[in-house]
Amino acid sequence: MLTITELTAGYGPITALRGVTLTAEQGRITAVLGANGAGKTTLLRTISGLHRSTSGSVTLDGSTVTRVPAEKMPALGMSHVPEGRGVITELTVEENLRLGGLARGRVKADDLTRIYSLFPPLDERRHVAAATLSGGERQMLVIGRALMARPTLLLLDEPSLGLAPRIVTQIFELLKGLVDNEGLTVLLVEQNARSALSVADHGIVLNLGQVVADDSAATLAADDQLRHAYLGF
Amino acid sequence: MLQFTNTALAGLVLGMIFAAFALALVLIWRSTRILNFAQAPMAVLTTYIALVMIEDGRPYWLAFVVALLAGLVLGAVLERVVIRPVEGKPDINAVILTLGLFIVFKSGAEVIFGTKLRTYPPTFGIRGIEIGDTTIGITTSDFFTIGAVIATLVLLVALFRFTDLGLKMRAAANNQEVAGLLGVKVGAMLTLGWALAAVVGSLSGLLIAAGGLVQPSYMDSIVVFGFIAAVIGGLESPAGAVVGGLLLGFSLSFVSGYLSAQLVALVALGILMTVLTLRPGGLFTATQGRRV
Repeated sequence: MLTITELTAGYGPITALRGVTLTAEQGRITAVLGANGAGKTTLLRTISGLHRSTSGSVTLDGSTVTRVPAEKMPALGMSHVPEGRGVITELTVEENLRLGGLARGRVKADDLTRIYSLFPPLDERRHVAAATLSGGERQMLVIGRALMARPTLLLLDEPSLGLAPRIVTQIFELLKGLVDNEGLTVLLVEQNARSALSVADHGIVLNLGQVVADDSAATLAADDQLRHAYLGF
Repeated sequence: MLQFTNTALAGLVLGMIFAAFALALVLIWRSTRILNFAQAPMAVLTTYIALVMIEDGRPYWLAFVVALLAGLVLGAVLERVVIRPVEGKPDINAVILTLGLFIVFKSGAEVIFGTKLRTYPPTFGIRGIEIGDTTIGITTSDFFTIGAVIATLVLLVALFRFTDLGLKMRAAANNQEVAGLLGVKVGAMLTLGWALAAVVGSLSGLLIAAGGLVQPSYMDSIVVFGFIAAVIGGLESPAGAVVGGLLLGFSLSFVSGYLSAQLVALVALGILMTVLTLRPGGLFTATQGRRV
């Protein structure tokens, strides 16, 4: 379980997060929604230690990880899949996956087999350079690579960006399966609010760095006023 | 026929020396996207360490190993202390910095060791190998040079291709942020890249010095050709550096053997321009149109 309390962060004089408080429950998908510039990406980057918070705290499964550098997070059970895929294009598919597994010290063959069975398209392309993958395959690769570290918390930044709706549905269904079967916790940042709320259990709406709504996904999706004001559907 | 054989062998040895220097440049480029102009005077410093030890009567190979280790330390310290602050800054900062280091190290070597020419003993024999009645233009020292460079290449390729450490180094070189998110200690990988490069650079310095005369500017002629070899190879791939080095070594040897030694620099430039015109990324680039 991830708990964020009064988190504030910014870039120089600009404040991007203003006292954000939220919880991502164990074994649930929590979606963070909002328009461009609402602070969604900054929120994930601050949680995973890529960006420094100015105040507030981040707690993962009871231990404070507020000032822990990003490179130590995988070992603590947190995997962050950044926006824009983040495939290392000059490595092969399998090398990308192995890299994800190294966070646990050694790469286990079982883990690789598991990822290939979750994402069959990757299995066929094990030894090709990741640069040659399609957008959907790249998204599978980065999620698979994050799962290689066997995280308890998965942070996903805009996984639907630039993907065909059919592939978005596939990826969200797969996430749902992992959450239901393995108790994975997912914090999902999305601009595509409709898709995100269809798969999420809980939703949080950010506007200009502040939480303006925090409720179950079903309630948020049913709130016409909120949808029109912040979610654009 | 003998002249042809000897010219080819001279080209092979020369090419291996260019290759060693180019390998060092490639290692640093891969890990930090910086061209290390200070590579040559760094190698001069470590070679002088070995030379002073040998002149003091220490064992030859002990001095050799100490020079390589000195390179390792020098590379690591340099990256941590001097290079780290310019990483991620505009490329020109690093260029100016390593050019500055070139001057500092070279002047430092002149101040500490003087500018007098000193003899560096050869690794092994310097007599040509005899086949039947004819003596051909390759010596046991040359064999050592060739073997050492090939062994370095094989070890580096094995490191990058087959080990977890090599995988982390490649990841850190290609995408620092993503590598960090995957738990790779990016800073340590960059330091290691510089340290390894400085070891290979020191090796090239020792191979060039052995059996010849040493003064603080003895690497200067290699610098240009080593750079050209690395660029021809594509700056990315260790194998490319060796192929680039050999291509240049053979060409220059044949040009100076059959045409004129004065044409060497011109031909080197010609090869560089031809390769870059036909394949702008160099011979061994996997990805086209990489941002430089």
